[in-house]
Amino acid sequence: MDRDIEAGSNDSNNNNNNQKIERSTTEAVDHVPPLPPRPSRKLSDDGASGALHVTAASKPTTQVSTIDISTLSFPDGSRGTFSTSATSATRSVASPQSSASGYTSPRTDPTAETVSVASYPATLRPPGDLADLVTGEFNRRSRAWSMLRTQSSSVQPFEASRTGACDSLTGFEKEFDDIPEVGDKGITDEQRLSLWKSKMKHYMILSSAGKPIWSRHGDTSLINSYMGVVQTIISFYEGAKDPLLGFTAGNARFVISTQGPLYFVAISRLGESDAQLRSQLDALYMQILSTLTLPTLKNIFVHRPSTDLRKPLEGTESLLSSLADSFTKGSPSALLGALECLRLRKSHRATINNAFLKCRSDKLLYGLIVAGGKLVSVIRPRKHSLHPSDLQLIFNMLFESGGIRAGGGENWVPLCLPAFNNRGYLYMYVSFFDSVDTAEETNSPTSEDGPQPPQPPPPKPAPSPDEEIAIILISADKESFFELKSMRDKLALQLAKNGSLALIQSSARQGRPRIETILDLNTSPLPKEAGHSQGGQLSHFLYKSRANVQFCQSSLSPAFESSSPTASSSEKGSIGQRAAAGKLLVSRRRRLMTLYHHLHSSIHAKHSHLKVLHLVSEDAASLAWITPVFEFYCVAGPNMSRGVMTQCANKVVQWAKREEERLFIIGGGVF
Amino acid sequence: MADTNAPKPSSSVKLVLLGEAAVGKSSLVLRFVNNDFQENKEPTIGAAFLTQKCNLPTRTIKFEIWDTAGQERFASLAPMYYRNAQAALVVYDLTKPTSLIKAKHWVAELQRQASPGIVIALVGNKLDLTSDSTGSAEVSGDGDDNAEDSGDARKISTEEAKTYAEEEGLLFFETSAKTGHNVTEVFTAIANAIPETSLKSARGPGASHAGVSRTEEQRVNLNGPRDPNAKEACAC
Repeated sequence: MDRDIEAGSNDSNNNNNNQKIERSTTEAVDHVPPLPPRPSRKLSDDGASGALHVTAASKPTTQVSTIDISTLSFPDGSRGTFSTSATSATRSVASPQSSASGYTSPRTDPTAETVSVASYPATLRPPGDLADLVTGEFNRRSRAWSMLRTQSSSVQPFEASRTGACDSLTGFEKEFDDIPEVGDKGITDEQRLSLWKSKMKHYMILSSAGKPIWSRHGDTSLINSYMGVVQTIISFYEGAKDPLLGFTAGNARFVISTQGPLYFVAISRLGESDAQLRSQLDALYMQILSTLTLPTLKNIFVHRPSTDLRKPLEGTESLLSSLADSFTKGSPSALLGALECLRLRKSHRATINNAFLKCRSDKLLYGLIVAGGKLVSVIRPRKHSLHPSDLQLIFNMLFESGGIRAGGGENWVPLCLPAFNNRGYLYMYVSFFDSVDTAEETNSPTSEDGPQPPQPPPPKPAPSPDEEIAIILISADKESFFELKSMRDKLALQLAKNGSLALIQSSARQGRPRIETILDLNTSPLPKEAGHSQGGQLSHFLYKSRANVQFCQSSLSPAFESSSPTASSSEKGSIGQRAAAGKLLVSRRRRLMTLYHHLHSSIHAKHSHLKVLHLVSEDAASLAWITPVFEFYCVAGPNMSRGVMTQCANKVVQWAKREEERLFIIGGGVF
Repeated sequence: MADTNAPKPSSSVKLVLLGEAAVGKSSLVLRFVNNDFQENKEPTIGAAFLTQKCNLPTRTIKFEIWDTAGQERFASLAPMYYRNAQAALVVYDLTKPTSLIKAKHWVAELQRQASPGIVIALVGNKLDLTSDSTGSAEVSGDGDDNAEDSGDARKISTEEAKTYAEEEGLLFFETSAKTGHNVTEVFTAIANAIPETSLKSARGPGASHAGVSRTEEQRVNLNGPRDPNAKEACAC
């Protein structure tokens, strides 16, 4: 197999030298891409690590237990001192040393809870002063105080936005509405323009010659002139050999990324950092490469710089748009550059992997089982791993845009995985379980095996997008459809027979882990202070395992799933109102994601060297915590004390460590 | 469909759909296979593979349908799909003249390069957008806005396309995937037009394709017929 692929690489080298444009767009499809060299990496040698390409965490850290104490200034003017030990997922964040800084550790002092809570309103004083003040005043725990406490701790994050307060995200629910087309009655050009301008996020792609290629909002007639302006501005700086990277106009941030003959522009009023916007633009570029491959793209523009790239990209607009919309909605996966896996028992996953490996066709390069955008199982050659950015493109194609899923049947898709190899195409076999596992697959095994493990009842109701299970088989051979199809049939049979399919389905149906279960499972040394009480807990968290380049997150419910009880009780009724509530939810989730983006960019700021960041705003309290092993972000109601928050954080991290082999795919099936 | 009937000779037919982007190839297939229609369907990427049985009085035809993407950049992959195909559906859009030109190119390519006995049907889709669609027989609820607004969006006359089809010896239909008009008829006509001699009686999906690992197909097929028997035995 390796030899085949090498030959392919020579081929593509020869072909790419002198080729006509017309041919290049089509012929590149034929190339068998060379496999890139395996990234040299100790970690994967022992087979214990990374199914997925690993870039993070090079420092040997687990043995060192340094305590970092950092003092931070918060936007509201207060300051805080934190300590954390780099190793201790098992220890409390606040270690005894921290009391030296004047902050009483929750572990040693039973009043710590009160201290932290009380420290919230007095935003202008350093915590040292506060501690004294508080022990004097509030330690008596008057009834009024405890009542206030119970009330204030039940405030959910982003409560204010629910009551319709005006802020930067007002109107976000209209973000994804289409702008009416030219012909539509009763809409003037001015109205269309103002609708276009009201969008909070724009993406544009144009060629360096100024030809529009794609934009998220608005048709050509509407935006052509703006494209022209953008092109003029960019090329002015290009001409001065001082490329323009970004600028701010009003409350909109413009970020520009130049990739060869293409200009990518992101315009955001959602408060993302330049680096985050740039990585979104990179993803759009990857999508274009995935359609065309790099040599083809280059050839097109070498021969005719004024080429209209819309023709060769025809049909992929929806892929670009769904990718862009996932960024605008806020995608944890894109933010963290990591993948989400379906939570499964280690033994169950091993069973699936083994079945997968057993059915493997010789033509297979990568095999994936994915449930609702979450990876269930992956098998790969020993020498190659899959890059998250490539998987992001695949998942976007399958689960975000409807092109493949809606058609039914099985699909055979040529695509380039740019992070794997941007020079040639691979061929992807896709089949969704719900569309194909009818009579043949589910019935025959039952009759064959009699009383084998309990068969899943045939899934009668159409599964929600979160529960759709897809098998993805990738090969370098464009003729291998029927081999991969028969591999799928065998695999489907196996999975149904050994009950794995049912397990996957039930796990997908269960959804993401809920925070209250995680916190309850941990019997903590401080049960009273742990904040189990309703409302006194985190609303949401993200946990990224840096070594595995994977992340997990808690269920969005209840805080971000349904609207608040008060809202829903009054809005129970017309469909229109419920739709409105759904739109409200979109903007609430965006608030959450905006906060995560903010945490992420603050803690990853180049010169900040932060380990822990605790942020309290009017809307929400949040915490980011980074070690060489993981990145952890969480959000809670604005009144949650730092002490409780760190305890919760600790518990979640402990839980994640304990469940590591369920939450993440470590290694995957290797052949 | 008619699985309970006494076994009729069953054979599989490889069929490929070709035509310009957005003429409604996938919609025709979706109507034929699932009797469903989706407004604003997103473009096919690469190709989709679907199967559907078609019952004729004397035999059952199992269509193995390759629904290809119409975009230019996928054109180089087309030979892979029409190679060994026994039937082809070349689709154009009644409201778009360029799509008929493209369809003629496909017909020419098929006649040049596909298997000699291939049955080709020329299909003009989107009949619901034309004014004569209301006259067609079993169309129900055909109050399409576009058709009413613009009167008749038809750009290619039936005569023009029909004459061309007769010259080239093609089957010819005008259809609407949206209303379902004439869709099953196309496939039935193809099934009838396939010469008895070119039908292989094999059932496996790979039977009509070269380069498939035969052993695997056989293994799966052997299990197939056995299962119903086992069930019947249990019931007795």
